[in-house]
Amino acid sequence: MENPTTQPSQHSRRTFLFKIALMANGAVGTVLAVPILGYILGPVFKRGRSYEYWIPLGFLNQFPEGETRLAHFHNPDGSPADGQTRTLPCWVRHIKKNQFQVFAINCAHMGCPVHWFPQSKLFMCPCHGGVYYQDGARAAGPPPRGLFEYEYKIAGDRLMIRAGQLPTLATHASIAAPGSSPCKG
Amino acid sequence: MQGLKQKGIAIYHWLDRRLGLAGPVIEAAEHPIPKSSASWWYVFGSAATVILMMQIVTGVLLALVYTPTARDAWNSLNFLNHGLTLGWFLRALHGWGSDFMITIVLIHMTQVFMFGAYKFPRELTWIVGVFLLLMTFGMAFTGQVLRFDQDAYWGIGIGASIMARVPFVGSKLVHLLLGGPIIGATTVSRFFALHVFVIPGILLAFVGLHVWMVLRLGINEWPMPGRLVRRSTYVQEYEAEIHTDGVPFIPDAGWTDAIFAAAIILAIMTCAAVFGPIGPTGAPDPTIIQTVPKPDVPFLWIYALLALLPPKLETPILLIVPVVVICVMLALPFFAGEGEKHWSRRPVAVLMVLVIAVSLGTLTVVSLHPPWSPEMTAWSADPVQPRFLRGRTPLERQGAIVFQEKQCRNCHALAGLGGKRGPDLASVATRLTEDELVRQVLQGGGNMPAYGSALSPAQTTALVAFLDTLNGNERPARDPSLELTHSKAAQKQQKF
Repeated sequence: MENPTTQPSQHSRRTFLFKIALMANGAVGTVLAVPILGYILGPVFKRGRSYEYWIPLGFLNQFPEGETRLAHFHNPDGSPADGQTRTLPCWVRHIKKNQFQVFAINCAHMGCPVHWFPQSKLFMCPCHGGVYYQDGARAAGPPPRGLFEYEYKIAGDRLMIRAGQLPTLATHASIAAPGSSPCKG
Repeated sequence: MQGLKQKGIAIYHWLDRRLGLAGPVIEAAEHPIPKSSASWWYVFGSAATVILMMQIVTGVLLALVYTPTARDAWNSLNFLNHGLTLGWFLRALHGWGSDFMITIVLIHMTQVFMFGAYKFPRELTWIVGVFLLLMTFGMAFTGQVLRFDQDAYWGIGIGASIMARVPFVGSKLVHLLLGGPIIGATTVSRFFALHVFVIPGILLAFVGLHVWMVLRLGINEWPMPGRLVRRSTYVQEYEAEIHTDGVPFIPDAGWTDAIFAAAIILAIMTCAAVFGPIGPTGAPDPTIIQTVPKPDVPFLWIYALLALLPPKLETPILLIVPVVVICVMLALPFFAGEGEKHWSRRPVAVLMVLVIAVSLGTLTVVSLHPPWSPEMTAWSADPVQPRFLRGRTPLERQGAIVFQEKQCRNCHALAGLGGKRGPDLASVATRLTEDELVRQVLQGGGNMPAYGSALSPAQTTALVAFLDTLNGNERPARDPSLELTHSKAAQKQQKF
């Protein structure tokens, strides 16, 4: 039996042209894929830290010494279409004088909003039962580490934090957990 | 009348001469199936397809009004619910349709598995079905996000937190999921595109393939114990069966599908009318932190797993188990593609279905009243029952106040009232001695935080005095050595 690939029809001018056309389409498709993938993966190519900016959190006198208060800031990368989601909360602990801790609202376990209870000096998470001490160290429950902390600095009479990313284990993993309490269970 | 009929037939012929569809459609409708398969057990696939049609229609109608931005989505849902004639009903149909869809798809899959329908030559039909199941869950999750309320907002955070646990590329995946560094406008529009264009597009193509293969390979015959599937003989045996004992799908089997589909749609309409639309809950405002976010019913079991998995194993389990499960499901027809189809000869298969169903069911039921979350308002909302205060000393009563004020109640119930995170303390004094109570309160332990820094010595004394009265009618726990060494303890012992 004759091998089909050796038939003359397999080598006609049209077959050749068709193969060339396929290759041309493949090439154009590959070139087209570059901007499409670039567009889809845009958020991936940007370095995480480049999303972060120094943002004013409020005046120092809003945060009495020895207390932990809820504060709000605006997402620096936001747009008007963000609506309410542009304003984000965080917990500010004024330890003494110029010493602060600014905790993310997001539980280190799954990102749910933690509540501060000043009476028992604990942060509790409503989702899966994570609990943290006043210095953010993990006290109980499933969180693998203490609360995420924002870097802060004092500019005149204002407290500034460096923020702009959703705090998760990946984005804040490099920042060490706050000092663990000696009484940790 | 006669003229009208002739005109109708003429139009039909005119169309069919151009479309040429009548022949293949009639052939598909009348394709022969094994007589045994004309059964009520074979109705779930077609029911899922009918629900899909309803979801598409109601989805398009909702999209007429829904605004896919973080700023306006919640308002547009409320407008649908309250400002538009029957907008609430359309939302309710779409929401309940989603829950029914997941239920029916899971039943369909279980039936196919139990009847061995995934075996040769229907391996690819099963594999496409696995992808359809994944896409159904994908639709449910993206749909839950589009109902952009408090639960949705924090739910995306949970999705992002899971993604963040992937080694090396975690933060990149989070940014890809959110469409940026933080939950906002780009997140909602991204989930809209997924829910409305991307997943439904692939889903419809896959449903097409799935149905095409069902028609091409024929519906699975009713399994019989001892009738083995062999690659060499199955097709001939099947062909022989539908020739000797086959019936046309329509009308012999189709009527059960049609009645069941109608009943399901009626059930969805009833649920929609009686229970109304699902949400939206509170506004998606992250500054309102007085919220207890919870996923929709199809994902409650994941919510339970996240609370109950041992913390150290959580990340590996979250990242590895789903991949393994999906791979096993995809590979199933290749390592079990032949042999017995009947459930009575496949005990492992039956056991697997039972274990999975009981596990998922239990996790879901437990999640309805989760015992692992502290009850955030229990300390101020749940009173100490009078019987725990009657006849107590002032110190012990002061201890009850400390007990409430320090949020012990958020995790510990008293006779069933309060949080369920820790043990009920109504009889704690029968389990722990006074010294053990002091140690537990100050140092914590097990899953309890240490209260050493939150309690003054006076508060600790009062709290422990109160806890030490909580012995029900049982004998309180006492350290026997105290009797010999501690005269005060010895006196107290005599009182009981």
